[in-house]
Amino acid sequence: MTALSALIRRDIRIALRVGGGALIGVLFFLTVVVLMPFAVGPDLALLSRLGPAILWLGALLASLLTLDRLFMADHEDGSLDLITMSRTPLELACAAKALAHWLAAGLPLIVATPVLGLLLNLDMVATAAVALTLLAGTPALTFTGMIGAALAVTLHRGGLLMAVLVLPLSIPVLIFGVAASQAVIVGPMTFGAPFSILCALSLVSLVIGPFAAAASLRHGLD
Amino acid sequence: MTLIDLANPTRFLALTARILPWLAAATVLLLAIGLYQAALAPDDYQQGATVKIMFIHVPNAWLSMFVWGVMSIASLGTLVWRHPLADVAAKAAAPIGAAFTFLALLTGSLWGRPMWGTYWEWDARLTSVLILFLMYLGLMALWRAVDDPSRAARAAAVLTLVGALNLPIIKFSVDWWNTLHQPASVMRMGGSALDKSFLIPLLVMAVAFTLLFVTLHLAAMRNEILRRRVRSLQMMQASRVAFSNEIGGARGQNASNEVGAA
Repeated sequence: MTALSALIRRDIRIALRVGGGALIGVLFFLTVVVLMPFAVGPDLALLSRLGPAILWLGALLASLLTLDRLFMADHEDGSLDLITMSRTPLELACAAKALAHWLAAGLPLIVATPVLGLLLNLDMVATAAVALTLLAGTPALTFTGMIGAALAVTLHRGGLLMAVLVLPLSIPVLIFGVAASQAVIVGPMTFGAPFSILCALSLVSLVIGPFAAAASLRHGLD
Repeated sequence: MTLIDLANPTRFLALTARILPWLAAATVLLLAIGLYQAALAPDDYQQGATVKIMFIHVPNAWLSMFVWGVMSIASLGTLVWRHPLADVAAKAAAPIGAAFTFLALLTGSLWGRPMWGTYWEWDARLTSVLILFLMYLGLMALWRAVDDPSRAARAAAVLTLVGALNLPIIKFSVDWWNTLHQPASVMRMGGSALDKSFLIPLLVMAVAFTLLFVTLHLAAMRNEILRRRVRSLQMMQASRVAFSNEIGGARGQNASNEVGAA
């Protein structure tokens, strides 16, 4: 237990300090959202209709781009080998790393959402709904993306290939995240059903992600 | 003859060389019978002649999921039992599965145009099959991106098993969500909802397409084994050249360095 909490503390500290780059995700999120009005035109009614989708897409891309390095830095300085060889089960260590990544890179995205909702002409309730769905859904993005990160480090490939592999897996999260936020804004569906499925997706990925990532690390590292 | 006996690629090649002509002949025969029966099947009272697209569409859609199932079992073979042919099977199946999935999407949209009035609808069944298609393409990209086959095999196996989660979603998407795509009618509780005049040609076509997959898969596995042999022969040749240059003395020193660097 102390080993895991030490791992989480270490990862968060590295991510937040110089060279970590967790907060670059927020900056990227902001840039993507600011780009959107240029693409679709500064029509406030249209922006408030597209708002949840834009916020979700931005969060999805931001969390995907920061995930690329989840295992890479540890692999380069050798600490990944120590984690693999330690007595802590690799699955738990992977889960701890993903949790630390979500705390350092995922939570700031949710904190930034209200500000960005203001830019997209979302009212208070809509912004709260999007933030709530992001809070429930981004863990799923992190934990499925972790599989891609583990494959990236074992294959020495990153970037586009990993995006191509991981993005299809994240489509259900996107569907239900946007559906739940839209349900609050325009109806006619209830918020509860898609939101529960979103939570279920997060829980399922919480179970599957660490095992798949650990399997790929165990079989792939040499 | 068990699966372990097939672990020897030479034995596998010899066996498949004997089986393949028979499989191909059976496939052609069944396809001919199925197509003939499908052509003879009566028009539907609502859909008219477009109902005949179903005889191609449904087997393709079944196969698109079946092939991923085969790849998942092969992936278990790679990760758990380390069967030497498992990754060959998984690699050979991916392009075939992608082709079946593409054909299912294509025939579905050709049928959807006159029936639903649109080529494409973002409904749950269609979307989940499209995701399956994207995952097939991603898997093929993964196989192509890594030059060492055994390293690519383990990564692809993990990804295949994770992607297998999509299969039940595709199967039950028409029951869970009230979608445009019609719910299951052939395999369901209380017997098939299809009339015999449609059901029999459909089943014949399904068996024919399954045989087609097995034939193509075995042939593709043979090709993959032979391709790997050619690759290792080339590697051996390259290292022999490098080695003979090395003992050739100082004259060959530069050449061997170049080969080593390459």
